[in-house]
Amino acid sequence: MFAYLVRRILSFIPTLLGVSLLVFVAIRLVPGDAITATLGTEAGMLTDVQRQALERYYGLDKPGWQQYFVWLGEALKGNLGFSIRHGKAVISLILERFPLTLELALFAMVIALVIGIPIGLLSAIKQNSIFDILGRFIALAGLAMPNFLVGTLIIFALSVYFRILPNAGDYTDFATNPLKNLQQLFFPAFTLGFAFSASVMRMTRSSMLEVLNEDYVRTARSKGLANRRIINKHALRNALIPVITLIGVEMGYLLGGAFIVEQIFALPGLGRLTINAVSQREYALVQGASLFIALNIVVVNLLVDLLYATLDPRISYDDSN
Amino acid sequence: MKRFIALLGLILFFSSSLAQGTLVLARAADTTGLDPHTQTAFASFRLLELIYEPLVTLDGDLNIVPALAESWSFNDDSTVLTMNLRQGVTFHDGSPFTSADVKASFERILNEETGAASRANFTSIESIDTPDDYTAVFNLNTPDVPLLAAMASVGAAIVSDEFIAGGEDFAAKAIGTGPFILDQWTPEEVTTLRANTDWWGEGPYVDGIEMRVIPDETSIVAALRAGQIDFALLNDPIAATLLIGDSSVQLNQVPALAYHVLQLNASREPMDKLEVRQAISCAIDRQEVLDTASLGYGEVTGPLTIPAFKVPNDELFCYSKDVDKAKELLAQAGYADGLSLKAIVASAEPPTALSEAQSIQAQLAEVGIDLEIESLELSVYIDRWLAADFDTAVALNGGRPDPYTMYVRYFTKDGNLLKVSNYVDDTLDSLMAEGRAESDPAQRLEIFTQFQKHLTEMSPWVWLYHDFEYTAQQPYVSGFVPNPTDSLYSLSQVKLEGKE
Repeated sequence: MFAYLVRRILSFIPTLLGVSLLVFVAIRLVPGDAITATLGTEAGMLTDVQRQALERYYGLDKPGWQQYFVWLGEALKGNLGFSIRHGKAVISLILERFPLTLELALFAMVIALVIGIPIGLLSAIKQNSIFDILGRFIALAGLAMPNFLVGTLIIFALSVYFRILPNAGDYTDFATNPLKNLQQLFFPAFTLGFAFSASVMRMTRSSMLEVLNEDYVRTARSKGLANRRIINKHALRNALIPVITLIGVEMGYLLGGAFIVEQIFALPGLGRLTINAVSQREYALVQGASLFIALNIVVVNLLVDLLYATLDPRISYDDSN
Repeated sequence: MKRFIALLGLILFFSSSLAQGTLVLARAADTTGLDPHTQTAFASFRLLELIYEPLVTLDGDLNIVPALAESWSFNDDSTVLTMNLRQGVTFHDGSPFTSADVKASFERILNEETGAASRANFTSIESIDTPDDYTAVFNLNTPDVPLLAAMASVGAAIVSDEFIAGGEDFAAKAIGTGPFILDQWTPEEVTTLRANTDWWGEGPYVDGIEMRVIPDETSIVAALRAGQIDFALLNDPIAATLLIGDSSVQLNQVPALAYHVLQLNASREPMDKLEVRQAISCAIDRQEVLDTASLGYGEVTGPLTIPAFKVPNDELFCYSKDVDKAKELLAQAGYADGLSLKAIVASAEPPTALSEAQSIQAQLAEVGIDLEIESLELSVYIDRWLAADFDTAVALNGGRPDPYTMYVRYFTKDGNLLKVSNYVDDTLDSLMAEGRAESDPAQRLEIFTQFQKHLTEMSPWVWLYHDFEYTAQQPYVSGFVPNPTDSLYSLSQVKLEGKE
């Protein structure tokens, strides 16, 4: 088990290096730099001397490959650089934004599971009933409606009919005011969770149907076990394994920041930080944030793999097996 | 009944009240930096004009009015500008404001190492004399009347000479003389300002301003309706006009100086032919573009959007659509069978850009011009625009309060952006030079009327329309004067009476 963990963690290194190099090249291939991003068309009013002075200020005066190695060297020492615009170290910006992103992701996940799993199970058990058809319809709607539509509809309904808006650009964190924080995160989390609940519901339903047709379930039935006991004791646990995979993948995405939802609901999360950094061409911040997001995804994948072993005794990472 | 109580509970749960005495303002775009001399983004100006002050400023009718200078005068040939400075003004750190600060500020702008894009407006300044603490004399190397209007901008704000000498980081610290003091700026989230109780003017009448970023403008409108913000800046006309007819919120609109334009690149075939450019101008019904893209909220305009310099549209070349004339001009130029062009468009800046391009595309098709639209991300668009790498470009260009400052960059022989406009002729160049030296308002009007008529006839660009600058506020907010430059300086006069 320990050897497996070490192997997995070592395998992070090439992945993260690859991501950092890819992002480094990609952001520089995009036209424009910090100067044009800040000055817009006024950049055309600069004299050559002015432009060179600004290039020095933004650290753009060295060749690209040199910038990468300087960045990599510093990153290995734990310094992800400095954001001129924010006047703060990149790492502290990321760590400031991450709690919100994590909370939103967990909240959305809970909502998705609370909606998705019961409906999925009922749909599978009462296959082709009215309930099943209705459940599948809702799932399809959840999948079909993009976040920006659901989010905008929610805001519109709340403000026009109820004259309330949970977050008017005054995000408060959980430690400062838990109640207000939950008020502010409920609708964004619902927007994200609703879309994801559809995937959960469909996956639960199909996997449950598959399990219910397995031999061991038939055996259990022939022994005369009650239906409820078969589902709880034998079917459910096995049916949930593919759902866990799905949660792992989705969690990875959500931890990268839910940009559109953060934008609509004015939440200062990791997604908005990253997108704004891209549009302002803040290279160091883009590099740092994407590295952090990549790290989240590989860690979540590892956790999911470890969770399999707990749920399914047939899976084991021990070297003796 | 139970449901009603639950609903009521829900409403109470999600409503929250505001702090008394602080104006809560929301906008979609945030400041990009704190150095007043290097910032060019409008979003930065909206914050910095509350903290820093220039020598002069513009009122709601674009008249030049005193700010840090109480009065001023030009000599007879407009080569010396003398400023009499306001006394008893202090910076936010308590140090006094004197002529030394004025001299140091303009020298900082003129120093190329600073990287101030507005430097181009001040290159006529040869030297600055400070005979006493409250007089600053600008010696100019050429007659320059528009200099005064160029000074009415945050880009020419007065900063402390001690700060400059001490090598202070203007990107990190904002110490001005303005009505509000910066407490904290958290980029993309919130900026808090507190009232400067030592401000030289009357006011401010609020304790402070909380400037929040709500990136989505429909959410800003929602926040206004929900009574959770006091004041909003709105850019997208579609979002702003959602508030028309909503009696609970007051929408302010004022004609904007910025103009929507179709830029033709006259250095490229076939736009190097006058007839082709004129044909494009004649083929476009500008009102239709306005109606399609901005739902009619705006006004068709010639080159100058400054109210005092407007020329009636029917006196400008081909301002009513004439398909026959357009076809005839194309035939004269040898394009009787039509031609193909491309247009670059920034995908969301302004929000109406793509709709404008589509309306133009449909109209040009009627005269046999096939326009292909290239929709680009803003930074990519700006790169292509600055390199003049386009046939035509749909643009929203910022206006200036003076006609000379507005177009010197594009339509004079040594204009900084001549490489973008790619069109100049002797008439334009000499009219601009005359307008720069002339101080008599009636004469200037005459000069710039000729300038506009000639410019629209040569059709290097097709001027379309200007829209409105929108702000919106709760009914209990009073004292704000909307400004065509979108300036928020008059927030110093705002009161919140009767706010619950």
